[in-house]
Amino acid sequence: MKQLIVAPAPHAHSGDSVRRNMLLVILALMPAYAVAVVEFGWGALITAAISVLACICTEYVISRYVLKEQRQTIGDLSAVLTGLLLAFNLPSTIDWWIVIIGAVVAIGIGKMTFGGLGQNPFNPALVGRVFLLIAYPAQMTTWPTPQGFNGAYVDAETGATPLYYLKHIVKAGDSSVIDQLPSLMDSFLGVMGGSLGEVSAAALLIGGIFLICCRVITWHIPVAILGTVACFCACTGLAGALPEGLDTCHYIGYELLSGGLMLGAFFMATDYVTSPMSAWGKIIFGIGIGFIVMVIRTWGNYPEGMSFAILIMNACVPLLNKIRPQHFGEPKKA
Amino acid sequence: MSNAMKTLTNGILKENPTFALVLGMCPTLATTTSAVNGMSMGLATLFVLVCSNVVISLLKNLIPDKVRIPAFIVVIATFVTMVQLVMQAYLPAIYDVLGLFIPLIVVNCIVLGRAEAFAAKNTVGLSALDGIGMGLGFTLSLTVLGVIREFLGAGTVFGFQLYNSQFAALIFVLAPGAFIALAYMMAAVNKLQKK
Repeated sequence: MKQLIVAPAPHAHSGDSVRRNMLLVILALMPAYAVAVVEFGWGALITAAISVLACICTEYVISRYVLKEQRQTIGDLSAVLTGLLLAFNLPSTIDWWIVIIGAVVAIGIGKMTFGGLGQNPFNPALVGRVFLLIAYPAQMTTWPTPQGFNGAYVDAETGATPLYYLKHIVKAGDSSVIDQLPSLMDSFLGVMGGSLGEVSAAALLIGGIFLICCRVITWHIPVAILGTVACFCACTGLAGALPEGLDTCHYIGYELLSGGLMLGAFFMATDYVTSPMSAWGKIIFGIGIGFIVMVIRTWGNYPEGMSFAILIMNACVPLLNKIRPQHFGEPKKA
Repeated sequence: MSNAMKTLTNGILKENPTFALVLGMCPTLATTTSAVNGMSMGLATLFVLVCSNVVISLLKNLIPDKVRIPAFIVVIATFVTMVQLVMQAYLPAIYDVLGLFIPLIVVNCIVLGRAEAFAAKNTVGLSALDGIGMGLGFTLSLTVLGVIREFLGAGTVFGFQLYNSQFAALIFVLAPGAFIALAYMMAAVNKLQKK
């Protein structure tokens, strides 16, 4: 028998829930995951499985035994998503215990310390990734080259990522390694070295557009990020800062298609909890991320700065939320 | 003399400079990269605290109220210079590691805070006990923090290797790890004290 619930308006429910949204995001990640499995083989499967399992266990243990919550939250799938996103940020050849430490940090420090889903100021998966990047720099920057299932899990061949070469070319003005870069088509489809989920821009784009169509995310943040990066590259090109052999169009293409940019723009920066509410807030948020990413990529010590950029802008979100979305039915100010 | 006992133990737990008063965060975060460094910093501060508390409590009636802060600073700076020169002469290795943070004891909030809040109002004996209590509390928290960070970040405690350092999370020896470790320790201490 259905209970009669007396509640104030609004009464109509769209059927939207945390669980549904998380499920859609996980679905949207599947094309990129499929590419990862095809390219990195067993490593991709094992890393993701460990990461997801460890995230769920951590969340359960903390909420059950540390916080002593009556109601468990693992059913809302947010821990599964965090685990999957964390795995997407790791190289497929990484040791299993590093994955577990990353998952414990992501859920334990990044999320549950602040009170669980909805209270965390920073994206948990990125907290896990940045923690690992600083804690185990050598293991976290050894990227396997695509091997498929032929390559052994542990000793796959490793190589530098396109962003590493790109940085070398632009920062040092050395154009001798330009032929080490994959073709733009390879970058788009994802035939290059990198972490699990970042390699295929095409698959990530499909997932991202799916999410926008399902109205799980809005276009503001991804467009602002990608647009800012493109503008920054165009300015660099027009200012004549690029060495011989690399034209502006190719430079824009490489910066947009390699590294964690697509993954971050569509799946990490758009996390509800850690992004601003209003449209203008989102656009400023995206521009900030795009700018910081390019500053780190161009002048920083790390070849990639997407995770740092998102975390830094996450910290600005309370400020950006001062730009309030208009209330429903509220008259426009004169 | 329960009053004296109270003064002595006050700084160690109930009003621990690091976890209850949250003073002296700069050396707390910066010098606890290892247990030895944290303990040396704590002991140096302990010495300065006791000496400055005693001298300021002796001079409290001579110092005009308007210039008391500069006067306190001069007294504190005297003892800090002594510590600095002694460490430079006899413990050069630790002196090199702690570097700038030794002279910075002058502006450590705990030292000036105890001078202003306690030594300027109490007798010499009590001020000395307060200095010892606060100094021990500071040394204790810095040592514990140093042990935790060294254990997690390098796999060692006081230099003894406890597990293979390839498993150690380097981040705990670096600045972000200091904030993470301090935050969780503070949460744990608060939780224990509430019980």
